[in-house]
Amino acid sequence: MDTILSVSHVSKSYGTADHRLKVLDDIHFDILAGDTVAIIGPSGSGKTTLLGLCAGLDRPTEGSIRLNGISLESLDEDQRARVRNQHIGFVFQNFQLLPTLTALENVMVPMELQGLKNIRSHAMDLLSKVGLANRQDHYPVQLSGGEQQRVSIARAFSNQPRILFADEPTGNLDAENSELIERLLFDLNREAGTTLVVVTHNPELAAKTGRIIALKGGKVISDLNTSSEKTSN
Amino acid sequence: MITSSRPSGPSVAWLFKMAWRDSRRNRSRLFLFISSIILGIAALVSVQSLSDSLRSEIERQAAELVGADLVISGNKALNEDLGKLADSLGDRRASQKSFPSMALFLKSGGARLVQVRALEGDYPFYGQLKTIPANAGRSFRDRQEILVDKGLLLQFNGEVGDTVQLGMTTFRIAGMLESAPGQTGLTSAVAPVIFMPMRYLPETGLEQFGSRINHARYIKFDRKTDVAGLVERIEDRIEGAGYELTTIERQQEQTSRSFRDVGRFLSLIGFVALLLGCIGVASAIHVYIREKIGTIAILRCLGATSQQAFLIYLFQILTFGGLGSMVGAMLGSALQFYLPVLLKDILPVSVEARISWQAIGSGLGLGLIISLLFALAPLLSIRRISPLNTLRMDFQSDKGDRLTSLFVYLLMLAFIWGFSFLQIRQALPSLYFTLAVVVSFLILAGFARLLMWTVKRFFPSGWPYVWRQGLANLYRPQNQTLVLLMSIGLGTALFCTVLFIQSILLDRVRLSTTGAQPNIVVFDIQESQRDSIVAISKRQGLNVSGTVPIVTMRLTSVNQIDIDSLRKDTSLPMRPWLFNREYRVTFRDTLLASERIKKGEWTGVWKDQTKAPLISLEEGLAKRNGIKLGDTLTFDVQGAPMATIVGSLRQVEWNRIQTNFLVLFPAGVLEKAPKFHVLVSRVESQEESARYQQAVVKAFPNVSIIDLGLVLDVVSTLLDKIGFVIRFMALYCMATGVVVLIASVLISKYQRMRESVLLRTIGASRRQILAITAIEYLMLGAMAALTGILLAMGGSWILAEQVFDTAFRPQWMPVISVFTGVCLLTVAIGMANSRQVVNRPPLEVLRDAS
Ligand SMILES: Nc1ncnc2c1ncn2[C@@H]1O[C@H](COP(=O)(O)OP(=O)(O)OP(=O)(O)O)[C@@H](O)[C@H]1O
Ligand SMILES: [Mg+2]
Repeated sequence: MDTILSVSHVSKSYGTADHRLKVLDDIHFDILAGDTVAIIGPSGSGKTTLLGLCAGLDRPTEGSIRLNGISLESLDEDQRARVRNQHIGFVFQNFQLLPTLTALENVMVPMELQGLKNIRSHAMDLLSKVGLANRQDHYPVQLSGGEQQRVSIARAFSNQPRILFADEPTGNLDAENSELIERLLFDLNREAGTTLVVVTHNPELAAKTGRIIALKGGKVISDLNTSSEKTSN
Repeated sequence: MITSSRPSGPSVAWLFKMAWRDSRRNRSRLFLFISSIILGIAALVSVQSLSDSLRSEIERQAAELVGADLVISGNKALNEDLGKLADSLGDRRASQKSFPSMALFLKSGGARLVQVRALEGDYPFYGQLKTIPANAGRSFRDRQEILVDKGLLLQFNGEVGDTVQLGMTTFRIAGMLESAPGQTGLTSAVAPVIFMPMRYLPETGLEQFGSRINHARYIKFDRKTDVAGLVERIEDRIEGAGYELTTIERQQEQTSRSFRDVGRFLSLIGFVALLLGCIGVASAIHVYIREKIGTIAILRCLGATSQQAFLIYLFQILTFGGLGSMVGAMLGSALQFYLPVLLKDILPVSVEARISWQAIGSGLGLGLIISLLFALAPLLSIRRISPLNTLRMDFQSDKGDRLTSLFVYLLMLAFIWGFSFLQIRQALPSLYFTLAVVVSFLILAGFARLLMWTVKRFFPSGWPYVWRQGLANLYRPQNQTLVLLMSIGLGTALFCTVLFIQSILLDRVRLSTTGAQPNIVVFDIQESQRDSIVAISKRQGLNVSGTVPIVTMRLTSVNQIDIDSLRKDTSLPMRPWLFNREYRVTFRDTLLASERIKKGEWTGVWKDQTKAPLISLEEGLAKRNGIKLGDTLTFDVQGAPMATIVGSLRQVEWNRIQTNFLVLFPAGVLEKAPKFHVLVSRVESQEESARYQQAVVKAFPNVSIIDLGLVLDVVSTLLDKIGFVIRFMALYCMATGVVVLIASVLISKYQRMRESVLLRTIGASRRQILAITAIEYLMLGAMAALTGILLAMGGSWILAEQVFDTAFRPQWMPVISVFTGVCLLTVAIGMANSRQVVNRPPLEVLRDAS
């Protein structure tokens, strides 16, 4: 299988020249297309920072990142936006739905940004897959946290991304809702053949992935392949 | 199924759609933000609409402004040559002699200086003398009757049928004059008119030596005539002889020009109101975009380019800016129907307000430009909002790009200058205007910063909680101190400046109401009447020190340059006015306290009759006309030429009631010339003045009397009529300030809501929350009012010193009321708004604000 994400010798520092804080230090790994990967580690270890870099939301201080064969460093902010739009899906801990758009409109936005037409039925399909077909005209404030996260999953898959990044997707939810979200995430992922990269504190969630990358103090301390267990699931 | 396999990016239409969707939950707020400019746009649209209607009305009614096709006029009777010329022109002719004179209302005994217009012929040929009763305008011409200006008649409780004495004759009042060609409410306040038939003029004895009579010949063409061609042929002959030639076209031009200036002035004030609104827009959009950071970051994350995010909000702002301008333009179009009522005493023609599409169009355009320009800085900052904000809120993207903000500020400056240039049409004054605006804004901003710094630096940590919280609100992040101080402060400043200027102008006239300054002047006293009038004055108990002799003369040449050579050589510094006017000259051997020699030497007595006498000129007159010491001035003293040499230049204090002169002769030159006298004295009360005037006019109906009370009256009526318009505009600016205030307070409401709720949840009482708000807004209101008043004082002081040449003494009563008013208003609006927050259940508020 081909490499979808390649992180080579990436470091990230914040602050001024004389007062630098090295958040990521020489991170190096590849992720194959269709894989499911968990990034775990204690708070402050740099998980979110790493995710942001992989998704092209920020630039590394050193090293380079290739996504779907495209070197992100060579792109400007708007070109990276185009890459996100075409190849990447996002799920966030705090859902990040657009508050002024209905559930259905939120799901349609990534496709609309691509300039696609006749997308309504596709968006409706996705909404019914996450069990919210009857809530299509509701605004985010009218939905519970779990429901919002389901809408955001529908949105993440709507542009048929090659890779999906999720940062603590169940961090704000109770056990029952977490369960539901996890199932949706993995089912949809398998169905669409998408690569899934999920940042989490939750060991159960991590256990469902085929590979677990552990960070500590900005460094990779372990990289375990657990795919044999996963496939039997 | 999904069509289009090749991703092309979203269309512009989609960006519009997204802008519209995104505004869903914010529409009322967005409109509120933009509403700050509604009043400004309305002011500009109404003023421009009115100017448009006025221009076309002046065009339409130009003939009625003049009353004839041609007017030849001058302050001496037409000479034989011109008399013949005038008689040969046109098909119908009329003449008029007009002059100031005392009118004595016999029933009430009231006397006042009026402008008498003695008519012969059917003037006006266009328009009419509108009178009550209606036929009086015709009938008075055949009888010993007069038409009396409405205001004048009301002043003395006169009515039709009463008798008025003019000179040595009495006239029956035939009617009350409501309007006449070229008359406005202003002219009638300054010099109320009495029309009389010319054939009774000799009997009045008012046409005598020394009278200042203006002679006019009105000419009407009944057949089609090329007036412009005719004017070209005869104007040199007429103007060369020192007369003025008026045509309908010229009058129209002149009237349009002066009212265009009024319109531009009003536009400038409207523009200030608009700028005030712009501050509101800028700050509101700033807050709005800050609240949208989350949404923008999500969009960026989902793949919107910075350009697209920018465009979505640009469209939003433009849509609502356009909506606001539309409402403004509509309001302005409605408002202009009210403006003619406001201006009726100033307007020379009757004006029907009409919808002006041009004005509406430019109002809309202006509104769009303004909302774009003043939202541009926050809009541009959208492009720097990083998608990382989705992962980590309040992620600080790189600091605002200084070059861009500098560019935006320069654009704003250019816009302000450009707009004021369009109004003023002169580069330098519009630059001053721009500078004044910018400096005012900077001062207000400086004060706001100072206030925040001071409160923070000297924070009274020992004070009760409510006070500390209220004060802290002034400088905490997301405070409204700057924008409120600017908008309320500038509104106050404008309002107070108008107040101050009005009092400066009145002060200039009022100077001598206390002390022993003279306050009454009797002029046109004939040589033979002098002793008797002095005697009457003394009998009336007045203190008379003597009379001042006056000799009238004309200037024929300055160093061989006369009116003809001036006409040929336009590079000469002299103005034709120099030769056309009549000089009222006095002679004495000493200078007055109000005079100071600035150049040369004053010669009191002229002994050597063989040499040309050394005279003294007023400094300004000499300077404006390029006349220097040693120049030879030749006068025509009632037919006799007299050469003089400029021996000194004098500075004269004009702002006193006394006889001041441009030209002063030494004693020993003019004693034998025909002359009349002026008497200056002081009356202690209005009753004394009335009694004295009556006694003098009864005995000597030809003399004219002006007392300071009358001048004050005239000036305050004038200021009332003009000031009313300006006060209205200033109030208008205040109103805009209040709208900005309300908008800003509402914005801060959204920001403070959670906090108030939190405070209530942890047990603060409603009373405490209201007290916190009251303290915060009291501080803001007081600071803004104070800054505004200080600004106004500074500006007025500069105006007083530089323009009006007088000392500036502010009146404290109005200042205190303005201060209190502004404070109360600010607190009231702040409180009214937080009452809403306080009275709603916390949960509802929390959900609403999320
Ligand atoms: N913009 C920034 N400037 C300075 N330091 C930053 C910035 N962003 C992140 N950091 C620091 O980088 C480190 C890693 O942050 P990051 O959010 O990636 O950790 P995390 O592993 O996601 O933690 P958590 O599990 O709590 O979400 C933290 O110490 C954080 O304070
Ligand atoms: Mg994190």
